[in-house]
Amino acid sequence: MKFTLSWLKSHLDTDADVDAIAEALTDLGLEVEGIENLAEKLRDFTLGYVTHAEKHPDADKLRVCKVNTDEGELQIICGAPNAREGITVVVAKPGVYVPGIDTTIGVGKIRGIESYGMMASEREMELSDEHDGIIELPSGEVGQSFTDWLAQNDPAKVDPVIEIAITPNRPDALGVRGIARDLAARGLGTLKPLASPAVESGFQSDLTVSIDDNTLDGCPVFCGRLIKGVQNGPSPQWLQDRLRAIGLRPISFLVDVTNFFTYDLNRPLHVFDADKVSGNLRVHRAAGGEEIVALDDKTYSLQAGQMVISDENGPESIAGIMGGAETGCTPETVNVFVESAYWDPVQIAYAGRALKINSDARYRFERGVDPAFTPEGVDHAVAMILEYAGGEASNFIQAGKVPDTARAYKLDAKRVISLVGMDIPEATQRQTLTALGFRLEGDMAHVPSWRPDVQGEADLVEEVARIASLTKLEGTPLPRVNSGVPKPILTPGQSRARTARRTAAALGYNECVTYSFIDQKTAALFKGGDDATMLDNPISSEMSHMRPALLPGLLQAAARNQARGFMDMALFEVGDAFHGGEPGEQHTLVTGLLIGRTGPKDVLGASRPVDVFDAKADAEAVLSAMGAPAKVQILRGAADWWHPGRHGMICLGPKKVLGVFGEIHPKILREMDVKGPAMGFTLWPDEIPQPKNRTTNKGAARINDLQAVERDFAFVVDAGVEALTLVNAAAGADKALITDVRVFDEFIGGSLGEGKKSLAITVRMQPSDATLKDDDIAAVGAKIVEKVTKATGGVLRG
Amino acid sequence: MDDLKAKYLDLIGKAGDEAALEDLRVAALGKKGEISLQMRELGKMTPEERQVAGPALNALKDEINSALVAKKSALADAALDARLRDEWLDVTLPSRVRPAGTIHPISQVTEEVTAIFADMGFSVAEGPQIESDWYNFDALNIPGHHPSRAEMDTFYTHRAEGDNRPPHVLRTHTSPVQIRSMEKTGAPTRIICPGRVYRADYDQTHTPMFHQVEGLAIDRDISMANLKWVLEEFVKSYFEVDNVDIRFRASHFPFTEPSAEVDIRCSWEGGTLKVGEGDDWLEILGSGMVHPKVLQAGGIDPAEWQGFAFGMGIDRIAMLKYGIPDLRAFFDSDLRWLRHYGFAALDVPTLHGGLSC
Repeated sequence: MKFTLSWLKSHLDTDADVDAIAEALTDLGLEVEGIENLAEKLRDFTLGYVTHAEKHPDADKLRVCKVNTDEGELQIICGAPNAREGITVVVAKPGVYVPGIDTTIGVGKIRGIESYGMMASEREMELSDEHDGIIELPSGEVGQSFTDWLAQNDPAKVDPVIEIAITPNRPDALGVRGIARDLAARGLGTLKPLASPAVESGFQSDLTVSIDDNTLDGCPVFCGRLIKGVQNGPSPQWLQDRLRAIGLRPISFLVDVTNFFTYDLNRPLHVFDADKVSGNLRVHRAAGGEEIVALDDKTYSLQAGQMVISDENGPESIAGIMGGAETGCTPETVNVFVESAYWDPVQIAYAGRALKINSDARYRFERGVDPAFTPEGVDHAVAMILEYAGGEASNFIQAGKVPDTARAYKLDAKRVISLVGMDIPEATQRQTLTALGFRLEGDMAHVPSWRPDVQGEADLVEEVARIASLTKLEGTPLPRVNSGVPKPILTPGQSRARTARRTAAALGYNECVTYSFIDQKTAALFKGGDDATMLDNPISSEMSHMRPALLPGLLQAAARNQARGFMDMALFEVGDAFHGGEPGEQHTLVTGLLIGRTGPKDVLGASRPVDVFDAKADAEAVLSAMGAPAKVQILRGAADWWHPGRHGMICLGPKKVLGVFGEIHPKILREMDVKGPAMGFTLWPDEIPQPKNRTTNKGAARINDLQAVERDFAFVVDAGVEALTLVNAAAGADKALITDVRVFDEFIGGSLGEGKKSLAITVRMQPSDATLKDDDIAAVGAKIVEKVTKATGGVLRG
Repeated sequence: MDDLKAKYLDLIGKAGDEAALEDLRVAALGKKGEISLQMRELGKMTPEERQVAGPALNALKDEINSALVAKKSALADAALDARLRDEWLDVTLPSRVRPAGTIHPISQVTEEVTAIFADMGFSVAEGPQIESDWYNFDALNIPGHHPSRAEMDTFYTHRAEGDNRPPHVLRTHTSPVQIRSMEKTGAPTRIICPGRVYRADYDQTHTPMFHQVEGLAIDRDISMANLKWVLEEFVKSYFEVDNVDIRFRASHFPFTEPSAEVDIRCSWEGGTLKVGEGDDWLEILGSGMVHPKVLQAGGIDPAEWQGFAFGMGIDRIAMLKYGIPDLRAFFDSDLRWLRHYGFAALDVPTLHGGLSC
């Protein structure tokens, strides 16, 4: 919303300057987005008088001028064709900034002759695009400030333009008068009274208006007058100036009048060329499919139920949104019908959205114009038309009646103070509301008709608070809920996510945050991409579906990094994936991705390609940090984006999967343009069982003084036997004595023959009663061999 | 005997290695060594002679032994020195590479914000990212026709043919978590709700996904002045400055009344933001007193309870604090960016240890 200072002052009697007004507006909730103040920019330009001008000896087009200024006579070289003796000009002396050419004037030599300033054109001062010559003023004294001269002779040029942002709750501030009312309530001046125009009804209109019964809820009242014999043409200068200042192009007087009242009083109007209207006007609902060419020359097809104004020829105006081209005003128009109607905001919002029309009228009606002002709005426009374009007005025509918006809410002064936390005396509260147009009866505040946003006591609080100024609000400490040391607040899930993050980072992974949506093709590779997780209005086809897992996003990130020449990486993300389209159909995942080598090639030979056991170690470390039990099963059969032979599911039983680690399926990498091989893991933190009894007690440490003994065994087993089976069997030989079984060697094929492998383990035995003797150790050894053989079919390697 | 002593001490002194020393020991002290043989002679002596010769021989034996041990040690030291002289390493060679992981700024800043508000008694609430339009809009006093509903660039999810429910949305703000949390815990309550939010917009300062943190405090007499204090404390703590001016400007949000946009005093010098000084104001969040209709939607009686709510962009305050220029880069996972703007695993923000140090 833009307006000029002088426009504001037509409603507000004030001495406040632009800066004070701007500051108050922002504080009131009418945020100033910009001020265009040409007077400020042109402050240093002064008037001069050319006493002498002659051709530059070395340039045909330049003139050497003597100019009288407030600093005496200056020599100025000028290239303008109209630079001549005897004219009053605008001078920029050395040191003055000239906005139109973005230059600060200095003393210089032009073709060998010194020049002490510049005489300016309109364009150089950003007054207009005029640049055919320097400005010649018809009046003015030497040394006078140019902006003072403009203020006296062409005030529109130096009228500051203020632009403010209007929040959706303040339709009243979409009119200059509403803004003036707020400022007056703040104490920045007095709101000038708005006189109701007296229009004489010269004849009985033969054009009538009706509203269909089923449309009265959308258009409760429709008013107008017919005017005969107007003379359309350009608007008076003041009106053109105002419209131009706020960025509107003056079109013709009849059109400009409607634009003026739209911005002046937030009263959108429409003017029909009455000679193009056949029969009477009828407000009704579209049956659907009717077409209308609107004032923007586009054809719109109306949907059933949308409100429309029709004559005998069909639709002539999209109600409350845009008039029709057919009955619009032209320079030749002589008889007009001026419309002022009230349209229901909700219906206009839906219709405007469906038709995709953004007009000033829609913008205002969907936020809410003052319904009570509908009849008077007609006469403001009619009076102005009669004044400037002549003609004779008909009787006042009205269909329907002004809707009753009367309502009142209790002003609870104590509650206001309690909510705002500011000591605003009751008298001040009442005064504020009165200044905003509320009528107070006892403690009931009656809401003015132009404030549709005020719908309860809370809105009264807001009005009082913003006029009192929230800038002045002083902070008051919020007492602690419980005295003493604050308690921890993270939920177990939040703690786990945090632990997972910190652990993965400690293991060398870089945390990524990737988009929650990915393309359908990639989503489909990870069992996603169905319609349930599809967006209806994605920003691009790359972001069309909610991600079914974190791995695809990380693989895409890996591909991008590889394209930049980074081949070794460890990436991870902690976040939510989506298994459906209903609220809550999301689950938290921790996913890591390892590609390339463990590090750059190095002199120590430590760098090697990453492998499945890196991913496994990291998965185990993160799980352990999150509190997962150490004793788990490793099963196969995870999703098909894992390498079928090179992955494992970390499980507590076949249905309780805590995580998966492994190599990513090469086909996935090919589809996603990732250079592999790639290792990864995905963990489900929510699957980790919660500890049953939360206790800080760690129990007693079992530290035995007796010496522990380690013995190595090697078994030849079938190649398909899993090490964990063998380890578990060995550990089961004597659960009290054996504290650890570690695999330290795997050897496949060779002398063992096809399909066989050797697994070597170290068994650690910790006696608790007496030192182990050779016989004891031999007995346990025999038991281990027996158990392993039974479990795996393997034999002790000779 | 003195000759013997002089002879062996001289030989020991000249011995070049351990083998030579051993030969000398055998020659002197071995079973058939010169000194051992003389010791054997003691038995044949008279008691008087023995009293003189015995101690003298023993002393000689000890002395030779000591000399042997000393020489052995000296030889070992010399050998070690010689070996160490050869064991020279170029220690300027690079060390073994230890990968250094990083925490994303969004996670770090979320933890910072959590640490500050936890101290003021706020816990962390979470909610679904796919939301019903009731939780995302209606419950927050944004009815279907409300202009701000259109302005929010909402993402809608697909509805199957025949499913005539209004489409779900990707939550456009974290505010629906307020409603869910109020439904669950009632009043009094103090929560923050950090998380991902979505709006269909993409340019240098907008990404279709970003992060917000919402705050909500409900009690019997919480006022807007309390809100201002909480935000002042937060801003000071978060930006790690002793003092900061914050300015409330009246504004409008459907879910709060009165509503205020909050600016902080700052300066921009050479592109660097300094909070708490200067003449500029920087808008950092929106806030207000929870609208009675929102309390009602959350099942809380507005006649009995009142409170404040605020919301700010996590990505935005991360950019401001850590001087990160482009929002889009947050979600690009460029390793160079992650390493430059990321945080070490052990840089856990705490109030006692400092948020960023």
